[in-house]
Amino acid sequence: MSSHASHHDHTKLYAGTLLTLLVLTGITVAASYFDFGSANVVVAMFIATVKASLVALIFMHLKDDKPVNAVIFCGSMVFLSIFLGFCMLDVDSREKVSTGKLTWVEEQDREEAKKKVKASPPAGHSAPAAEHH
Amino acid sequence: MSVAENIEHGHGHAAELSPFQQHHFATAQQQNEASKIGMWLFLVTEVLLFGGLFVGYGLSHAKFPEAWKSAHHHLQRELGALNTVVLLVSSFTMVMAVQAAKLNRRKQLIGNLWVTIICACIFLVVKYFEYSHKYHEGLLPFKAFYSYQGPQVPGEFHFFSFYFMMTGLHGFHILGGIAVLLWVLKRSYAGDFTSAYYTPVDLIGLYWHLVDLIWIYLFPLLYLIS
Repeated sequence: MSSHASHHDHTKLYAGTLLTLLVLTGITVAASYFDFGSANVVVAMFIATVKASLVALIFMHLKDDKPVNAVIFCGSMVFLSIFLGFCMLDVDSREKVSTGKLTWVEEQDREEAKKKVKASPPAGHSAPAAEHH
Repeated sequence: MSVAENIEHGHGHAAELSPFQQHHFATAQQQNEASKIGMWLFLVTEVLLFGGLFVGYGLSHAKFPEAWKSAHHHLQRELGALNTVVLLVSSFTMVMAVQAAKLNRRKQLIGNLWVTIICACIFLVVKYFEYSHKYHEGLLPFKAFYSYQGPQVPGEFHFFSFYFMMTGLHGFHILGGIAVLLWVLKRSYAGDFTSAYYTPVDLIGLYWHLVDLIWIYLFPLLYLIS
């Protein structure tokens, strides 16, 4: 069934995909001139992932292929994100742990909690919010 | 595809037995699908090979954020963007080549393979100009070769180490891809590929798209992120 579908002429689909990929490349380059602060990486990686998905689904035929190939590929992506995700989590927290900053974080949490308790009864939420600004 | 469907559409695999079908496969289609699973497993190992570099990149980026910000100004994003476009076009011609093989269009297959190979060569030529520029500035991997004297932030050396290792490994994949594409091209001229047998075109296509897919991530990570 899958190979039956692929014995048709898909030139238009492929050309449309190429066009979309080129437009997305333009958007990534354009977006890099704007500063989204710490979201820069997220924006760039999001667009890259959209592009990668288009390549995998259409150019690599995962869309019409037997699901086993998609399972294999997505499996590698899952494990890669575990690898990457946990390493980045470590980067985020290691310094705090090794320099004792974690206690500072905990103190902050405790102070926040105290503030909430002070301002607590019925209208509890508006007071700490005002203090923040 | 069921046998009934095959017969119905008048192009059953039994009717066009390929000389390349091996005896232990029931049909050419089964052979093709088995090969594809093998190729995808290979691509997974490639993902994990590059994955290690991506993780290293992430860790170093977190350690030297300032160096990353300043180092990427040494890269010419126009050239990076040009190479992205070249690779995307080559991916398109590659998928067109696979389709041409499936549909028995030999001339179209050969033409698209040629364009793919030419795009790959353009990519490497652009990469050569970028590398030689960095070579002259002394922005090289390994402490012994890194001799850049201009103003810099500590850690830029690490950025360029990752830059060369990631684009270098990717470049070798392009080079290997060209070699296999040339072999597939030679077999296309020989008329080996028909709608009954086009597995090598299919598999090099998958490989080529993965190399493109990796570049899709390398380009923003190395050239654009600030």
